[in-house]
Amino acid sequence: MADSLIDPGNLVYKRTDVLNDRIMHYCPGCGHGTAHRMLAEAIDELGIQSETIGVAPVGCSVLAYYYLNVDMSEAAHGRAPAVATGIKRVFPEKYVFTYQGDGDLAAIGTAETIHACNRGENILIVFINNGIYGMTGGQMAPTTLEGMKSSTSPRGRDISSMGNPLKMTELVAQLPGTYFVTRHSVHTPANVRKTKRALKKALEYQKLNKGTCFVEIVANCPSGWKMTPVQSNKWMEQNMFPFYPLGDIKVPE
Amino acid sequence: MKGNEAMAEAAIRAGCDAYFGYPITPQSEIIEYLMHENPAERTGMVVLQAESEIAAINMVYGAAGCGKRAMTTSSSPGISLKQEGLSYIAGAELPCLIVNVVRGGPGLGTIQPSQSDYFQAVKGGGHGDYKLIVLAPATVQESVDYVKLGFDLAFKYRNPVMILSDGIIGQMMEKVELFEQQPLLTEEFEWATVGKKPGRSSVFVTSLQLKPEEQENVNHRLQAKYREIEKHEVRYESFLCDDAEYLLTAFGSCARITKKAQEIAREKGYKVGLLRPQTLYPFPTVAFNKLAGQMKGILTVEMNAGQMVEDVRLAVNGQTRVEHFGRFGGMIPDPEEIFQAFEQKIIGG
Ligand SMILES: Cc1ncc(C[n+]2csc(CCOP(=O)(O)OP(=O)(O)O)c2C)c(N)n1
Repeated sequence: MADSLIDPGNLVYKRTDVLNDRIMHYCPGCGHGTAHRMLAEAIDELGIQSETIGVAPVGCSVLAYYYLNVDMSEAAHGRAPAVATGIKRVFPEKYVFTYQGDGDLAAIGTAETIHACNRGENILIVFINNGIYGMTGGQMAPTTLEGMKSSTSPRGRDISSMGNPLKMTELVAQLPGTYFVTRHSVHTPANVRKTKRALKKALEYQKLNKGTCFVEIVANCPSGWKMTPVQSNKWMEQNMFPFYPLGDIKVPE
Repeated sequence: MKGNEAMAEAAIRAGCDAYFGYPITPQSEIIEYLMHENPAERTGMVVLQAESEIAAINMVYGAAGCGKRAMTTSSSPGISLKQEGLSYIAGAELPCLIVNVVRGGPGLGTIQPSQSDYFQAVKGGGHGDYKLIVLAPATVQESVDYVKLGFDLAFKYRNPVMILSDGIIGQMMEKVELFEQQPLLTEEFEWATVGKKPGRSSVFVTSLQLKPEEQENVNHRLQAKYREIEKHEVRYESFLCDDAEYLLTAFGSCARITKKAQEIAREKGYKVGLLRPQTLYPFPTVAFNKLAGQMKGILTVEMNAGQMVEDVRLAVNGQTRVEHFGRFGGMIPDPEEIFQAFEQKIIGG
């Protein structure tokens, strides 16, 4: 439809075919939608749509397969890296990725994450860190910052009784099986572009069979954090980035 | 060959594409045999030792979702860990093979043989209304044959299949005839994640339906499939049932011991038949129901505290008395004590 209204010569932006034309269920201002689009555009620009298989987590992005126009498998909560391992081992030439939240990847699925990375599975793990359990209504996540309020830390996360926020990305960077480990965000146009570049690189590296690529995207959760989208992005810059600094953590030599 | 090793060799020959497992007694010989055989070179089969049974079953889910022959094996505590994954596999209607070489429980229990995972295997085990097809081998030969049959049934119905073995059959040495090497699957199934081809919509392997109407429809579809399985896939063996006035019944290794008890009873002049279910789901309900009319009593013999007996009672539906005799916790009954239990509970009772 849009094509018929706009003279192709004037077309400056077109939705990638790797993203379905469906209304997303994400809350206004949430980072998931932008992260999906960057991943879709990265797949599109590499021309690997027909060779890509994704794994969706349990969490807000449980329906990622509904939006990303590639073959995908839904995984049980936390098990996406194991599911991706099963896929990659029978289809070593395909591009395989997981897309996981912080509860999924860094709490219930910690073992699967660490061992997939430690085996150096040739997959891409996209890690959306919003510091909270979005899907289930804003409970504390392993990544919730000290003092940060959630429905299960209503007086703020108390380190002495609730433990420390977990830096999963730094942790997997220690493992010899990871090849490229990096942290980004999608809250400004410049950051969005960087994220896409990182995702593209990570997918390209998969052909080298050098190990796991791990891209963290620090994201906001306006609903879970009980803030407006604008407030939440500010809060993220002021509180999340100092603890989860953006940039490459492990890059190929 | 040893039961466990024979199943491992059968997996290679059945054209299994991928095996994911985690060591646990009494079945570790399966992954050890596979690692030693290195089937990657023989057939291209993938063998991977996972970090846990949870990871292993989810790797199976991933590979099965690609339309490949995927399997895992474990023993009771490990099978408990796989239940969430099994429920997802059943919900997403993926084919795969699971072997449980049962040991005594509950808890860490014992490494000795048992049949106490009957309920878990037959009644679901994980959450939701789902069924596994459950095959119960009594010999090493059957263990081998059921690997091939298991994959065939799994793909025929797109349903997980479990071989419910136990520590006796897994550890026992017997002569076996191995079937010929089957080729690996090359077919690209339309339900499998193989990479979205231009012109077709993307495939998603999932058990999630947000709308209850749709989830009910999924359940209707599953139930219709289970009715088909019940109609076509019941397997059992019966010995000397024509003239029988009494019936002994047992599955797996316990059926072999019970057969000896049947011989003792026949020698003593009791007209005793034996029915051995080979499929525990679907259960030979009709066979039991038909036989029950001629029986003065039925004794189920199990290495558990009384599990299959419930299905026998349901099948018999009050036509005759059904009693249970069991040894459990890793203890194995001997034919003489089974015969005594028969005299006490069925003849004397
Ligand atoms: C085994 C299991 N435990 C718990 C849940 C409930 N659950 C669903 S999503 C979720 C947390 C998701 O949070 P996160 O991974 O951070 O992703 P987000 O929703 O924030 O994107 C939980 C606990 C579940 N579905 N399965």
